[in-house]
Amino acid sequence: MKRIDKEKLVLALAAPVLAVVVAMALSSGIVAASGKDPIEAFRLMLEYSANADTQVLILNRATTYYLAAVAVAIGFRMNLFNIGVDGQYRIAAMLAAAVGGAVTLPGPLHMTLILVTAILVGAVWSGVAGVLKTHRGVSEVVSTIMLNAVATALIAYLMRDSLLGVLPQGSDQLTTEPLADSADFPGIPVDVDGRTMEVYGFIFIAVAVGIGFHYLLNRTTFGFDLRAAGASESAAVASGVDTKRMVLYSMLLSGGIAGLIGMPQLLGESHSYGVADFPAGVGFTGIAIALLGRNNPLGIAFGALLWAFLDRSAPNLDFNGFEKEIATIMQGLIVISVVVAYELVRRYGLRRQQQRVGEELAQAARRNVTEVAA
Amino acid sequence: MHAIVGENGAGKSTLMKILYGMQRPDEGTIAIDGEQVSLHTPSDAIARGIGMVHQHFMLADNLTVLENTVLGAEKRHGIRDAARARMREISDAYGLGIRPDALVEDLGVADRQRVEILKVLYRGARILILDEPTAVLVPQEVDALFANLRELKSEGLTVIFISHKLDEVLSVADEITVIRRGTTVASVLPGDVNARQLAELMVGSELPSPQTRESTVTDTPMLTVTELGLGGDENGRRLLDGVSFTIHRGEVLGIAGVEGNGQTELIDVLIGARPADEGTVVLGEQDVTAWPTRRRREGGVGYIPEDRHRHGLLLESPLWENRILGHVGESPNSKGPWLDPRAARADTRRIVEEYDVRTPGIEVTAASLSGGNQQKLIVGREMSHHPRLLIAAHPTRGVDVGAQAQIWDQIRAARREGLAVLLISADLDELIGLSDTIRVMYRGRLVADADPATVTSQELGSAMTGAAAGHLEHHEPGDADTEGGTAPEGAPPSGGTAAPGSGAGADTSPDTGPDAGPDTSPDAGPDTGPDAAADTGEER
Repeated sequence: MKRIDKEKLVLALAAPVLAVVVAMALSSGIVAASGKDPIEAFRLMLEYSANADTQVLILNRATTYYLAAVAVAIGFRMNLFNIGVDGQYRIAAMLAAAVGGAVTLPGPLHMTLILVTAILVGAVWSGVAGVLKTHRGVSEVVSTIMLNAVATALIAYLMRDSLLGVLPQGSDQLTTEPLADSADFPGIPVDVDGRTMEVYGFIFIAVAVGIGFHYLLNRTTFGFDLRAAGASESAAVASGVDTKRMVLYSMLLSGGIAGLIGMPQLLGESHSYGVADFPAGVGFTGIAIALLGRNNPLGIAFGALLWAFLDRSAPNLDFNGFEKEIATIMQGLIVISVVVAYELVRRYGLRRQQQRVGEELAQAARRNVTEVAA
Repeated sequence: MHAIVGENGAGKSTLMKILYGMQRPDEGTIAIDGEQVSLHTPSDAIARGIGMVHQHFMLADNLTVLENTVLGAEKRHGIRDAARARMREISDAYGLGIRPDALVEDLGVADRQRVEILKVLYRGARILILDEPTAVLVPQEVDALFANLRELKSEGLTVIFISHKLDEVLSVADEITVIRRGTTVASVLPGDVNARQLAELMVGSELPSPQTRESTVTDTPMLTVTELGLGGDENGRRLLDGVSFTIHRGEVLGIAGVEGNGQTELIDVLIGARPADEGTVVLGEQDVTAWPTRRRREGGVGYIPEDRHRHGLLLESPLWENRILGHVGESPNSKGPWLDPRAARADTRRIVEEYDVRTPGIEVTAASLSGGNQQKLIVGREMSHHPRLLIAAHPTRGVDVGAQAQIWDQIRAARREGLAVLLISADLDELIGLSDTIRVMYRGRLVADADPATVTSQELGSAMTGAAAGHLEHHEPGDADTEGGTAPEGAPPSGGTAAPGSGAGADTSPDTGPDAGPDTSPDAGPDTGPDAAADTGEER
């Protein structure tokens, strides 16, 4: 038994390691094909990330990515493909910023109001897809991807200066009304060459979300139902899980977490919503990271860090005469390798376990036979 | 025609997989026509003329018989007229009666099986392996299958036949190999042994004699179903039509029927997975018609599903999580909204122990267990919550003799304590041996009832195909009472269930032999010892 458990752990680690190694090998090939030295490229990336200011930037971006990936993972655990995390996060950030900018309240209350607004807006946006699925059988893939486009259009409409948009002095980018200082989520100051940078304090909220996600899935009856419905819908129905309700709940949860994605940026840095600070695509990155981290809160944390590292080290490549797209190519290769590696390792693991179980039972039987004979 | 018999986990399926090239042997050789061969993949086996008819049919429902047959063998005779001509030729030669343009989804189980056989012959097989071919057939269909197989044999083909049903093996095989714990324990000729001796060879010890049981049927109704009706297809045929019955505490009501006659729908309605269009379901005193599945199951409805892989297990989850499945809100699995993995694990260990689930531990996935052990886990799980009503659909399908007897024992023990059981099974011996009352389901209606003490498989078989209805009476030669048995169709089945007391006779073991009748009850539990489950991979 011990052996099987240990093997399970090794297999669980084998897949991502294998995927990253394969992806590195393939991207080395591509760099080499472009006539440059791949070793040098990796060295530059590592060297750059050794700087304290890069590390702060990596952590901050990883925080955002982590929340995005957890939002996606909740859907994945229930076999729901919430592609709409991207739209949910942007519309939630925008409306939360607008609500937060319109009021003045004491600090904690102000922040709570903004966070609750963000969670609710995200949940409502994904809930639309959830209701469409449970009541009309519309595939959530189709509805959420369309809701992304709707969110983009709605944001553009609401951000006009006659509605929620304001034009800050000395800028040509419309933003929402800037938040009062009471909504400044304190960060962790880091001294970098005499200048102070801040790691988002929201990183703790992200960690808490990860822990909450783990407990919800593995330690509650609700989480069990959710996992059962994801693992085998037919078995879940027979055992009394109301799968429609689970679809709706997990869409709402996923959207709620998606609403938080923009919050580190909003409360820790920009203090107002502007299209440039809340780029489209973070939700899709979340999908890749959730895959990479195997929908597991800890795995997602590593995935988010790796992704943020690749993101942040790309500009330095550019600076040194390499194509910065190398990092993007690597990200793509990692995702493909991960998907393939997981499936291979999963099948191998299952087969291997079956063999082991058979072997151990056979051994036990042989022992018994010997005992009887003796 | 060579039969291979042995318990589940004895190594039959592994042996078949090796012969069909799905698995490689560690040692030993295979010779075909005296020539030593090594088979690496199923295509090697097919090229050598070996064909396999799987227990679970591998047909695409939405394609025609012709399309299913040529699928993957397009190079033989193309996909059109040449293929059709070749199919007809084979079909006529062996009397298979194939209609190439019928859709597979419109075919019955027996027809599908013939399509599988045709598929294999079409690929040029000279050696046919059939894995439990009779498990899903009614007696009349079994006879037809055997006629087909004899036809094949007379044309010089070799048939390897795996079965649990020893009577069939004895009647059809030319030679029998018994395997146990991965080795051959005996090679016998059917003329030299009887079913009982064969069963003893299989389990490796003497079987206890069947015992008479007391009736435990009481007056208290546990499940009362009134005039259930459900849907209708485009031909206006209803899936369920006026189904009414009552099961009392301590009673086993058996439902016989060819699969696809409304049994699945009945179960769905009873567990609440599908609402009935009309009619009521009363559990104990409470009308549960509007209750959702979870409330019913927590209210005391245990469920052993017919397809354990789809409805009873999370195959890739560990055993202890499977122990929680279906009972997530109940002790010891949870406290309020919180799961209690520690208690669930401990209780899983208890179930593994008490129900003799053969596994090295509770952290392995359900998929790693053999079919019989998976089923024992499910039975253990359902019984652990002391159900008031147990819905058991084919509880011993694909389960070996030892586990079968154990499962029967557990159902019987719970029945003594007042459990009401709805037993749906294709194994007529099981139905006859276990039930207090038997009803026959045909096209969504309960068309006949029978007393398990006197009814025979043949009589049930004719009611299952719609040939007989009403109360089935046994026609003993010289018996004065020869009425009934063929009452006109549409005659209402005599209502309710057998009166209390009349079950006493029903409990006498039918004369089916200790090996086949569910009355085989090794009270010392499995007296087979943990057998080498060399093929735990089977039945997934």
